[in-house]
Amino acid sequence: MKLTLWTYEGPPHVGAMRVAASLTDVHYVLHAPQGDTYADLLFTMIERTTQRPPVTYTTFQARDLGGDTAELFKDSVRSTYERFKPAAMLVGASCTAELIQDDPGGLARALGLPIPVIPLELPSYQRKENWGASETFYQLVRGLCAPRPTTRMTKVGQPTCNILGPTSLGFRHRDDVGEIRRLLESAGATVNVVAPLGASAADIARLPDADFNVVLYPETGLQAAQWLHRTFGQPFTRTVPIGLGATDAFLAEVATLTGKAVEPTAAGSRASWYARSVDSTYLTGKRVFIFGDATHAIAAARIATRELGFSVVGLGTYAREFAREVRTAAGDLGLEALITDDYLEVEAKITELQPELVLGTQMERHVAKRLGIPCAVISAPIHVQDFPARYSPQAGLEGANVIFDTWVHPLMMGLEEHLLGMFREDFEFADGARPSHLPAAPATKPIAAGPAPAARPSAPITVHWTDIAEKELQKVPFFVRGKARRNTETFAKERGLETITIETLYDAKAHFAR
Amino acid sequence: MSALTVEPATCGSHNIRYERGQREVFCGLTSIVWLHRKIQDAFFLVVGSRTCAHLLQSAAGVMIFAEPRFATAVIDDRDLAGLADADDELDRVVTQLLARRPEIRLLFLVGSCPSEVIKLDLSRAAQRLSRRLSPGVRVLNYSGSGIETTFTEGEDNCLAAIVPTLPDADRDVRPNLLVVGALADVVEDQMRRLFAGMGIDKVDFLPPRRAHALPAIGPRTLFLLAQPFLAATAKALEQRGARRIPAPFPLGAEGTTQWLQAAAHAFDIGSARFAAATSAGLRRAEQAVAAIRPKLEGKRVFFFPDSQLEIPLARFLSRELGMGLREIGTPYLHRALLAEDLALLPPGSQLVEGQDVEAQLDRCRAAKPDVVVCGLGLANPLEAEGFTTKWSIELIFTPIQGYEQAGDLAELFARPLVRKTRLAA
Ligand code: SF4
Repeated sequence: MKLTLWTYEGPPHVGAMRVAASLTDVHYVLHAPQGDTYADLLFTMIERTTQRPPVTYTTFQARDLGGDTAELFKDSVRSTYERFKPAAMLVGASCTAELIQDDPGGLARALGLPIPVIPLELPSYQRKENWGASETFYQLVRGLCAPRPTTRMTKVGQPTCNILGPTSLGFRHRDDVGEIRRLLESAGATVNVVAPLGASAADIARLPDADFNVVLYPETGLQAAQWLHRTFGQPFTRTVPIGLGATDAFLAEVATLTGKAVEPTAAGSRASWYARSVDSTYLTGKRVFIFGDATHAIAAARIATRELGFSVVGLGTYAREFAREVRTAAGDLGLEALITDDYLEVEAKITELQPELVLGTQMERHVAKRLGIPCAVISAPIHVQDFPARYSPQAGLEGANVIFDTWVHPLMMGLEEHLLGMFREDFEFADGARPSHLPAAPATKPIAAGPAPAARPSAPITVHWTDIAEKELQKVPFFVRGKARRNTETFAKERGLETITIETLYDAKAHFAR
Repeated sequence: MSALTVEPATCGSHNIRYERGQREVFCGLTSIVWLHRKIQDAFFLVVGSRTCAHLLQSAAGVMIFAEPRFATAVIDDRDLAGLADADDELDRVVTQLLARRPEIRLLFLVGSCPSEVIKLDLSRAAQRLSRRLSPGVRVLNYSGSGIETTFTEGEDNCLAAIVPTLPDADRDVRPNLLVVGALADVVEDQMRRLFAGMGIDKVDFLPPRRAHALPAIGPRTLFLLAQPFLAATAKALEQRGARRIPAPFPLGAEGTTQWLQAAAHAFDIGSARFAAATSAGLRRAEQAVAAIRPKLEGKRVFFFPDSQLEIPLARFLSRELGMGLREIGTPYLHRALLAEDLALLPPGSQLVEGQDVEAQLDRCRAAKPDVVVCGLGLANPLEAEGFTTKWSIELIFTPIQGYEQAGDLAELFARPLVRKTRLAA
């Protein structure tokens, strides 16, 4: 048993629902108790879909357990087929039904429906949502793509590809697809099928027609792409085109697959110019903490260091399946990756590192808010705010522009930060003063006050601040004061000083100057 | 409208159907979302799966702002394979939790579908942990599982679990009044003032705001249910000798008056004193409801089953706002507890107990109601089809009981309609 206060990912059958809800004509019959129908609201309330997800739950009750839950399941499959006439059906069990072992796959097969029925085995007590989505998509592709010779259908000089991985409830997947489709077309490749988002069962069956696959989100699309590669010899792209550098690397990869030359695009990008413009110099070396799913965390680390000139001080993911990739990315930055699905560990790390910007999930947004640190959201788990009405991709050229705005917006504007630093005693620069373009925060706690006690590293403070040094410390802008206090205390302790004077403060400042 | 009309308590005149099919209702775990805020030093530890944890955080508004007083002990494959001893595991998790939250005085172990299917004996675990942690922390258990409970029944089971721990009231003291069912603090305070005004000053509420402030009960205790879904709690109270005061539920001017009046009768309060205590509130409630009535009068409402509040709500909408009732779906129909409300519904009302969601959607489309009351999974898709909806969960998370909230309650139903007309412009 694991004490869980909050979780980054739902159970694996929610991942399967995300795939089912992405497709236009596939229905999922889920052997599950009534409470599990809560998952519908993820789609109807968070993504604001206009239709219920295509999921039928058997909603068995305790009194059915002694009787025949298997019969109930068969009835549900039968009536679902009659009512919805789907082109294919997914069948499976949620955590509770997994325990009663009714074998949904076998039961559904026995009904002899005239459509493909794909059984899902998603171990609820070991796996999680993204794994469930990946496995479901993979099983669906396996189930619907008939074996055939590996010759492509396309004509020479007209390369085609599929975009794999985007799903319902994915972080900006909707808009990324539009962006990447345009990018591929500009590189001379035609998009055959996007899947699972917006595909039909017949589209899935057409996947092998394409010359290559674009794996937009490895979390959901890689497993299927690997199988398509093994089975039909379709190569697939390795770079996720999020960020300008990654977009160019992606285009170069596409060029080798299409045999068509492409122009690098980053140089002409607005985000790139803004990052080079003088008022972005204040972004230099901003200390950034990054946490999210693997795709977005790795992309964010690359953008932060190479495209914005930040210093990444922490990098991590909740996606254990991709821990290796994130460890490598962290290693390249001289960091040790934080791999955890316990948000309290993430909170403790942020508290310890005192970054100047947090790039994380909605949970890190809350943590950062409590700590008074600016934050931008870069990854699922999904929140209603992650489905903006406007076009807002993360991938490709426009994605880079969106990211530039989203990350820079919560920070102080350059001159404003200097003025705050210079005129600490102006009464309008009270602690907790926020950038003037953002609404006033309700009593932002200074960083040093810290969050929930248990999450804090409990270093007992034995050094003492003189009044005058303490007063001087108050002149340090609040958003770096916590860091200054910690650094000075560490500095003093390392030197065995018991009292911190103004001299100690400035000695420490010089010592830690970067 | 006379707020004091009492009609014979019968439901024989309605069309009641039982339906069995796919349900689209949350499980009892969901009650934790409001209970953990109500009992301030209690903590709810669900023993369940990742699904249970995900349900709770999704229903609680997706993200947590303050650290909530609930968590899930997520069962993993080691537990299932018997590699880990369930008692040891639970002890470890509880120890970890209490170290983190030392202010906890009452800990609920909440059963889920997985814990019940694998037959984890949480009542034994609760007794064992209670012994170990006493006197600092009391440990109780109840089921919030989806195979045993829907939505609000989680509160019922939670309160029923508290009842045996209530102290015994002295036999010779004056009768006391116990109001049962979680209410917003502001509503409780209003009720307390109204009862005091009529001379009933020994009033307690269950659940209490603090875990140690448990009301004493006994054969001289009379209780009023403030929520209609508390069948198990009522039974547990009756087993302790307390007696239920039958009444319609305190929704709307009429419902509140009859609810209060039932208590007044039981405590032998004279009508003059009753009127003096309640007339100002009643007048305000009637006024507030009358102001909204033109927006709702003649409009037809269709209820999908959700919180078991459907019948008292339908009674309020039909009698005080002049709305027409289409189907009234409810997950369970406790006829005895709802007898007074059922008697006030227009004869021949269409009641459906249970659910078959697809068939019900078909009937809803055919009935073309002006307002559909439904859960979060159905609301937006129905809006997209052109219906006007009121999400039922808001009726649980908003103070709606009593005189001062009668207008707010009416407004909850009027707002989606008003919004439609504004957006059409
Ligand atoms: S229905 Fe059962 S398994 Fe599902 S969330 Fe509720 S208690 Fe957990």
